[in-house]
Amino acid sequence: MNKDDAVLAYVLRLADNALILAQRMVELVAAKPELEEELANANFALDYIGQARMLYTYAAELEGAGRSEDDFAFMRDGNEFRNLLLLEQPNGHFGDSVVRQYLFEAFYVHLLDALTQCDDERIAEIAARAIKEVRYHLRHISHWLIRLGDGTDESRQRVQASLDELWRFTGEMFASDEVDIVVRDTLAGPDLDAIAVLWRRDVEGVIATATLQLPQEQWMASGGKQGQHGEPFGFLIAEMQIMQRLYPGATW
Amino acid sequence: MAVVSREQVYAWLAQVPDPEIPVLSILDLGIVRDVTVDNGVTVSLTPTYSGCPATEFIESSVRTALKQQGLESIQIKRVLSPPWTTDWISDEGRKKLHAYGIAPPVVANQSIACPQCDSPHTERISEFGSTACKASWRCRDCLEPFEYFKCL
Repeated sequence: MNKDDAVLAYVLRLADNALILAQRMVELVAAKPELEEELANANFALDYIGQARMLYTYAAELEGAGRSEDDFAFMRDGNEFRNLLLLEQPNGHFGDSVVRQYLFEAFYVHLLDALTQCDDERIAEIAARAIKEVRYHLRHISHWLIRLGDGTDESRQRVQASLDELWRFTGEMFASDEVDIVVRDTLAGPDLDAIAVLWRRDVEGVIATATLQLPQEQWMASGGKQGQHGEPFGFLIAEMQIMQRLYPGATW
Repeated sequence: MAVVSREQVYAWLAQVPDPEIPVLSILDLGIVRDVTVDNGVTVSLTPTYSGCPATEFIESSVRTALKQQGLESIQIKRVLSPPWTTDWISDEGRKKLHAYGIAPPVVANQSIACPQCDSPHTERISEFGSTACKASWRCRDCLEPFEYFKCL
């Protein structure tokens, strides 16, 4: 794979991660258990939509085929999306969405930190903008994981089950494929093995503070980064894209 | 096009309000990163947050304001680096925020004073607020809730 193809694929992965997590958060608007979390959730989603827009705009420039940010978001089919499987997992109950966001952001904050140092100026700039937002999210969502884990018997049991259920989607974050390797080698991009060590250290710390058990070593799912998604993803895409599919180019 | 100075353009931009906190101008907010004047005028703006919905509105406000002054060739450049920080809010902007009832950003470990009664006895209700840039706080003395401009 040549460098240009790898960088485009890489930027689209970052953009898809941001958009798909944002879309799951958007599904929760007006459905959070308290007003403060409602505000938090909408603000998280807004940050991710903003990051996705900057990344899709850059991808469109790199591709140079006349596609717009909206074309990438709304006119591609499900198997063209390259987001991590973790992020497309259904919202479930409050604890499920806390764990999903926590496991991702504990990784993403280190990934962004590495990207601020990469040789692609545009990616580095977007990462420098995004990392400030994600650090703020991560602090908030870590507190929730700790409150639920170190809370009542029921909250601990349920959030432990969320952690056990979602753990198998964490391996994909650190599984380098050709795209990751070309970006690492030609752009001084992130070293996923090094990030795995940092992530593990942080996650073990928060899980211990939350009095939860680290899930056992297990089989890890993969495929999202290559366009193979689970069944619930089709419904997510359908809802997200329906307006642009029915009325292409509609504005209001 | 009539020749204008950079200072003149800055003076006009000082009249463009932030749409979410209209008491602040875009200069007070620190999002105008540069102005260059040659054959046309180029204004470089930086977004506060990635997803700030005001970004596009501000760009069109700047364009409109400068057109009203008779400028024809106006370029708006969006710059991301270095990323915006609340340190760029001017002293004047901080005073305006306080007078408007929004506590201005403070550095870590400093207490956040109530913008109504100036009491330092305040507590956080939520790390988030009505816009991406604000959090929700409450005064323990006068009991008024207020917004705090998050330090970023």
